[in-house]
Amino acid sequence: MSRPLLEAKSVTKRYDNYTALNDVSVAVERGKILGLLGPNGAGKTSLIRIINQITAPDSGEVLFDGKPLNPEHVARIGYLPEERGLYRKMEVGEQCMYLAQLKGLDARDAKQKLRYWFEKFEIQGWWNKKVEELSKGMAQKVQFVVTVLHEPELLIFDEPFTGFDPVNANLIRDEILELNRKGATLIFSTHRMETVETLCDTIVLIHKSRKILDGSLADIRKQFRTQTYRIVFNGNLVPFTNALWAGAELIDKNQVDSQCEVTLRLLGNNTINNVLTAVLPVCEIVSVNEIIPSMNDVFINMVQSNNENAESWEK
Amino acid sequence: MGKIGLIIKREYLSRVRKRSFIIMTILGPLIMGALMIVPVWMASVNTSMKKIAVLDEAHFVEGLLQENDDVKFVYTRQPLQKAISELEASEYYALLHIPKFEDNDINHLQQQIKLYSAKQVSLTLKLFIRTQIEKQIERLKLQSQGVDQDLVDNVKKTVNVPLDVIQLGDKKESDVEVSTALGFFGGILIYMFIFLFGAQVMRGVIEEKTSRIVEVIISSVKPFQLMMGKIIGIALVGLTQFLLWVILTGSIYTIFMATVVKDKFSTDNIERIMQQSPEGTSVENIDQLRETQQIVQRVGMINWGLMIPCFIFYFLGGYLLYGAIFAAIGGAVDSEADTQQFMLPISAPLIFSFVMAQTVLNDPNGNLAIWLSMIPFTSPIIMMVRLPFGVHYLELIASMVLLIGGFIFTTWGAGKIYRTGLLMYGKRPTWREIFRWMRY
Repeated sequence: MSRPLLEAKSVTKRYDNYTALNDVSVAVERGKILGLLGPNGAGKTSLIRIINQITAPDSGEVLFDGKPLNPEHVARIGYLPEERGLYRKMEVGEQCMYLAQLKGLDARDAKQKLRYWFEKFEIQGWWNKKVEELSKGMAQKVQFVVTVLHEPELLIFDEPFTGFDPVNANLIRDEILELNRKGATLIFSTHRMETVETLCDTIVLIHKSRKILDGSLADIRKQFRTQTYRIVFNGNLVPFTNALWAGAELIDKNQVDSQCEVTLRLLGNNTINNVLTAVLPVCEIVSVNEIIPSMNDVFINMVQSNNENAESWEK
Repeated sequence: MGKIGLIIKREYLSRVRKRSFIIMTILGPLIMGALMIVPVWMASVNTSMKKIAVLDEAHFVEGLLQENDDVKFVYTRQPLQKAISELEASEYYALLHIPKFEDNDINHLQQQIKLYSAKQVSLTLKLFIRTQIEKQIERLKLQSQGVDQDLVDNVKKTVNVPLDVIQLGDKKESDVEVSTALGFFGGILIYMFIFLFGAQVMRGVIEEKTSRIVEVIISSVKPFQLMMGKIIGIALVGLTQFLLWVILTGSIYTIFMATVVKDKFSTDNIERIMQQSPEGTSVENIDQLRETQQIVQRVGMINWGLMIPCFIFYFLGGYLLYGAIFAAIGGAVDSEADTQQFMLPISAPLIFSFVMAQTVLNDPNGNLAIWLSMIPFTSPIIMMVRLPFGVHYLELIASMVLLIGGFIFTTWGAGKIYRTGLLMYGKRPTWREIFRWMRY
């Protein structure tokens, strides 16, 4: 297995009266997309700030490309914070140049790269405008440009799509995926599950400052399988139910003309093949689908069961 | 260029290019210049000559009252009632009435002298006429005692004690008046600069917080770099402004001195006035001229080579000390409205030193003065007040070292508060929380 681009090991961060991160370990492979999930206040932003060297962990360490974080890594990371903005009174071009140079680009490089992005987004006319003259969506585009301008190997987006209108959100999403195809490693921090399901390879779920789940999206889905299937068939419902007998439990049923749609959960060690073998003689199968839990279900499920655990511990 | 250099450059340029900076830079010296020039100019421009009718029934001032550019005396013989009734329609501004001299009682006479006018008589005019009459009464009284007026005038003219103070130690002549003015001026300037530019630091930090750019920036640079870059950038703005003021004010002053003041207060001119002085030329006038000339000379004698570097040091030191605290306040709050509760304790030592400046001026080498010029929170203002009077170099060094130590300490503490406060939104911290942040 290749060395992860970023690896946080047993990171703990305490503030006065609460613990923001408790023994959290996260790793992301080069070129992959990691979803950092968790309810508000779980500790996602704390972890991201540690990765960006805005704060330091109390214990544990973070390795970037195998080495402990150091100030030079700043130039290799791009970060779009949730709380973001620009100097309102400063001109767009000047401001982009400034932020790019702070990331370590020299002036000529910065200008060249800015020209490329400004042409790509067709915003060349904004160079001499002040930020306060731009609309919110326009400013967000500029903000995106300065985040990715220095071509970082690792891009971190904290709730990237809030504040964008749907058109711009799609545009930005496509750009992010394009960067990923070109080799950039991504971390999304979000509590919006749609983002995770369509974009991420792996996820980490943080709740109440602890990591409660991580793995690839496919593995997690498998782990949270409920053995529930939806079967559509032509035939009669009564012989179908009889044929099931003790192999599966019927959760839902719906009959339209001669076509039936049933939802069932497997019982015991039965597989879907056993069930199908049992019912084949009495009906004509149209379709069989496993009902896969959405990430939203997983998320809510995990968070709730964790809350219950926490409560039972307290008792 | 390092990252801190980039920040300094941005902070500096974004302020220097502002319209308000350019306006203040031009307006500052103009206001100062106006304060120097306007009174003189007003005096010379105000040529509306006033004719005063004099009805001298005692016959003792006729032809003797001294006139000047603004006031002329015209002697009349009309009866009092007629003169009064015609006054309004006449060309006379006022009517001076000296009643008959009875029983040789001068004291009674001076009570009876009246000035009639239909218009508002200014204080200057009243004082001028009064001085003229008093001089004549004085002459009358001297005469009645058998003293020769010329003798008295001559004595007065030749008595003039400048009382030069020779300070032991550095063997330099010092002038209390000029030192006082200079000390006070230096103190005020430092006070103004600290408040003006310290507040700019605070506003800059708040702007970064409210525009939410701060997290973007501190993912590239350390919060401490951002804070120091801002403080240093604004210090350079302050120095630039100060330098431009010095240059502009200097030019205005030089031109003013070369054209208006030089002739009037040159030694030659004073000599000439004294030689030419006709009978009764006012002695005060010559004294005044000489005094002004001395002040002009003494301003040149001040040790500017020490004053200006010290001013810059104490300005920078005081500004860095307070600037860091202002930055911390800006970092701790969300909006300028929330700064109130933190501003008072910060302004207190500044205002205190400003108030104490008066006391220090009265006793520039007293215990209070020495202590206040050592404490870093008060030393920038108090030391500037004391400097023109001469301060022992050991004291100066001690004060400077303490100030450097002071601003290193406040910068360190402020850096911690700033770092923690920057990413806190939504609630106004209490004092206790802020002190806790210093331990993170």
